[in-house]
Amino acid sequence: MMTNESMSDFPLKLEGDNVPMVSFRKVTKSSGSLVVLDALDLDVAEGEMVTVIGPSGSGKTTVLRMLMTLEKINSGVIYVDGEPLTHMPNGSGLVPADSRHLRKMRSKIGMCFQHFNLFPHMTALENCMEGPVHVLGLSRKEARERSEELLELVGMADKRDQHPSRLSGGQQQRVAIARAMAMRPKVMLFDEVTSALDPEVIGEVTNVIRKLVAEHNLTMLMVTHQMGFAKDISDRVCFFYGGSIEEQGTPEQLFGNPQKERTQQFLSAVKEAI
Amino acid sequence: MTYFEFLAQYGDRILSGTLVTIGLTVLAAILAVVVALAAGLMRMAPNFAVRGVATVYIEIFRGTSLLVQLYWIFFVLPLFGITMEKFTAGFVAVGMNLGAYGAELVRGAILAVPKGQWEAGLALNMSPAKRMVRVILPQAVLIMLPGWGNLMIELLKGTALVALISVADLMFQVKQINGTTFMSAESFGTALIIYYVIARFMLTPSMRWLERFMRRKMGRA
Repeated sequence: MMTNESMSDFPLKLEGDNVPMVSFRKVTKSSGSLVVLDALDLDVAEGEMVTVIGPSGSGKTTVLRMLMTLEKINSGVIYVDGEPLTHMPNGSGLVPADSRHLRKMRSKIGMCFQHFNLFPHMTALENCMEGPVHVLGLSRKEARERSEELLELVGMADKRDQHPSRLSGGQQQRVAIARAMAMRPKVMLFDEVTSALDPEVIGEVTNVIRKLVAEHNLTMLMVTHQMGFAKDISDRVCFFYGGSIEEQGTPEQLFGNPQKERTQQFLSAVKEAI
Repeated sequence: MTYFEFLAQYGDRILSGTLVTIGLTVLAAILAVVVALAAGLMRMAPNFAVRGVATVYIEIFRGTSLLVQLYWIFFVLPLFGITMEKFTAGFVAVGMNLGAYGAELVRGAILAVPKGQWEAGLALNMSPAKRMVRVILPQAVLIMLPGWGNLMIELLKGTALVALISVADLMFQVKQINGTTFMSAESFGTALIIYYVIARFMLTPSMRWLERFMRRKMGRA
């Protein structure tokens, strides 16, 4: 638990030029005696595509889950779009966010999961319309138009009336991307979205993400094991090790000329696996 | 008196008793489902007091005899100013009793919905109530339906106890017929068959149908 004294180090709002879309400030997450993330500092600029790589247990998925508020943090503050996500201003200080503040902040963030997590009792189209109709309060007509447009974008328009059980993994993941995009988030999180897919359908999902990068000014954070894809698409790659960022840089720097020994070891191990 | 003569003479009384039993079963089932849903959800509430109310209800109605509960509702509650007609007392007792079992079924099914579904609901920024109603419950229903099939048969059989507070159900009618004719095998044999037929050829098929219907809605036909 954090003390009030340490909270005064964190501003109520991030202001000025070049406010990052996402900012982790000294974020610590532990579970029991295990430190999952250790005083993480990470800024992601608006429109930037940042990929997080690293061995399992390095805390990379936790970064995304904390941003989606699926996991609580132990100390530090996360800012999204200049405002604190995990906390809210109360007088001159920050206090832990209440559910109202969390709901407001969550509307800026969308997430796609490793196992898609589509709603099995709804068709592809209904999955996409669910949020717009029942959370954003759009009319069914508006939500339908928006969803059909997005299903078109991910190449799933012809399967709109199918239930997830009738779709392949790659198709389900594309619908899941459309569903998240239908909420018009500012930040999109991709948590190992190709890890549960058969190798031959990975391309259809990565192509959709490429398209999003090319056509939308979204801020994206992606955890992946697809090094080639990460290299192609990222503005920046962060190598996580033991709960903190061991090394980061442009894909050319990090994949072409890694400086730290652990990065080199990880990358060569990954290369051998291929 | 042959069995056919027996049926000819007492058939209409047996039929009227059967209709009362079916009526009791339907009303008790509706009550049980409603109460089970409420108590099952309350058991998972963050609020301690809300959880407590549900736990006390489940403990009392699951941990004591249905017959004693029936007598309480019919004979003791009037002393506290709550008077119910015997038919009402009958289906309330059976419904509340089976509802307590159903509550655990509801809770178990809700917890059995994969964690990813809860997370996907949160990622779409749904409120906890919306997420429960739109995402979790529809999937939980499919999980709990087979369990409800069993409970419904228990419930039907449980309604026979209301004869003891003189509700004119099937059991009450055959007891009366037996009392005047002493044709025990015919009276209770007929009741046995009718209970079996209702359970086997009405309740079970309709629960199966409901399962198939829900499965289709999930796109898993």
